[in-house]
Amino acid sequence: MSDLRRTALYDLHVELGGKMVPFAGYEMPVHYAAGVMKEHLHCRARAGLFDVSHMGQVLVRAESGDGADAAQALEALVPVDLLGLKEGRQRYAMFTSEQGGILDDLMVANRGDHLFLVVNATCKTADIAHLRAHLRGCEITEVTDRALLALQGPEAGRVLSAHVPVAGMRFMDVAVLESDFGPLWVSRSGYTGEDGFEISVAEPRAEAFCRALLADGAVAPIGLGARDSLRLEAGLCLYGSDIDITTSPVEAGLAWAIQKARRGGGAREGGFPGAARVLKDLADGPARLRVGLAPQTRAPMRAGTPLFEAEIGGAPIGEVTSGAFGPTVEAPVSMGYVPAALAAEGTVLFGDVRGRRLPAKVVRLPFKTATYKR
Amino acid sequence: MKYTEEHEWLRVEDDLVVVGITAHAAEQLGDVVFVELPDVGTTVSKDDEIVVIESVKAASDILAPLDGEIVEVNEALVDAPGTVNEDPTGAGWFFKMKVEDLSALDDLMDDAGYKDFIG
Repeated sequence: MSDLRRTALYDLHVELGGKMVPFAGYEMPVHYAAGVMKEHLHCRARAGLFDVSHMGQVLVRAESGDGADAAQALEALVPVDLLGLKEGRQRYAMFTSEQGGILDDLMVANRGDHLFLVVNATCKTADIAHLRAHLRGCEITEVTDRALLALQGPEAGRVLSAHVPVAGMRFMDVAVLESDFGPLWVSRSGYTGEDGFEISVAEPRAEAFCRALLADGAVAPIGLGARDSLRLEAGLCLYGSDIDITTSPVEAGLAWAIQKARRGGGAREGGFPGAARVLKDLADGPARLRVGLAPQTRAPMRAGTPLFEAEIGGAPIGEVTSGAFGPTVEAPVSMGYVPAALAAEGTVLFGDVRGRRLPAKVVRLPFKTATYKR
Repeated sequence: MKYTEEHEWLRVEDDLVVVGITAHAAEQLGDVVFVELPDVGTTVSKDDEIVVIESVKAASDILAPLDGEIVEVNEALVDAPGTVNEDPTGAGWFFKMKVEDLSALDDLMDDAGYKDFIG
């Protein structure tokens, strides 16, 4: 464990009974005393506090000092309309490879004269190198002195309002707000399907801020285990499982993140790595698609489960990329890739679980409807 | 009560051996969400994988602790797998087996031995 890094909240995790495990080079809590199931349900019922400080926080500033120049530069790496992203708003994006695969998925916020990016922990070193190699005329700064928290769930807004005025924010708004814990970088977003916030706070103040949030009886600490089952029920992709360098954004069902301006016939059509494949997938439809899968028995179908068209015979037609028991839907939930011809809702496929082919129905994602404050 | 190194407990009731997993094992596994039980009447050999349990974390196998025949399984676990966490040594039992020679249990750990084993 000696090479593992710790976040500013490590001592608090241990004090709260967190079971610490290695994750993306960090020692992180997989769950606390309550356990994954109770933590998951608590987050959906009240509010959950997550330490996501292992994720990368990056500032992108154009040398010109003009935020639009930074947005234009970054458009060369993502298929997303960033020039159309208003100040105080954030968008989901992905870095594409030259082959049109996904190098990482990320959030991009327009903070006026610069952009603020949040990237995955496992990819952050590569992402920053990628940005530095390709964004000419921009200064790339990794933020290493701030913790990142997520406060998610129906009571998140009420709880955070005691510290900063967030009542007027809506889904995907971002703001820098003064607080007793110094300036908080707040976005009304998250990765659970719940209303909630991601909050960047200076490391020396992070523990005190967490304690203040946890002092509200509605807030419980939530580990990585429940973070995973929450995002899976919400139908959200985990980089490295559901999306990676081999999956195009369109196959992954992320075409909604590619705005008109960057599509065929748009004002700034293409112009990102792998545009040929991505635009072709948009125009013709991809050969395979990420779908929701509802296993029809109680047996969870986990990542790696091969999928078949029939109960007997034939070669695998796809594979489960995420699968677990969904505590809120009270049933196993999975996602995976299948040929487009087998991706229609209601199609019954078969997953090989311990040598037996068990039925799983293609269903619309998400499993649990999101409750974002739009 | 007797214990295996696979964290199963065994208890003799009416000349049958009742088998489950220990509280320690249940806690390590986390919330159990799925249990697959063997068919009644199955003849098993020691260390056969006869029960599959899945927790929120992962799938694990429960091994037959002795040679014998499965004579009853706890069907209630199929619909309420969480019972394994709530009452691992009581209502959370998995199966009952008939064994040739109950003295085979003598080789297994007792309470004190298991306590030492899990440290």
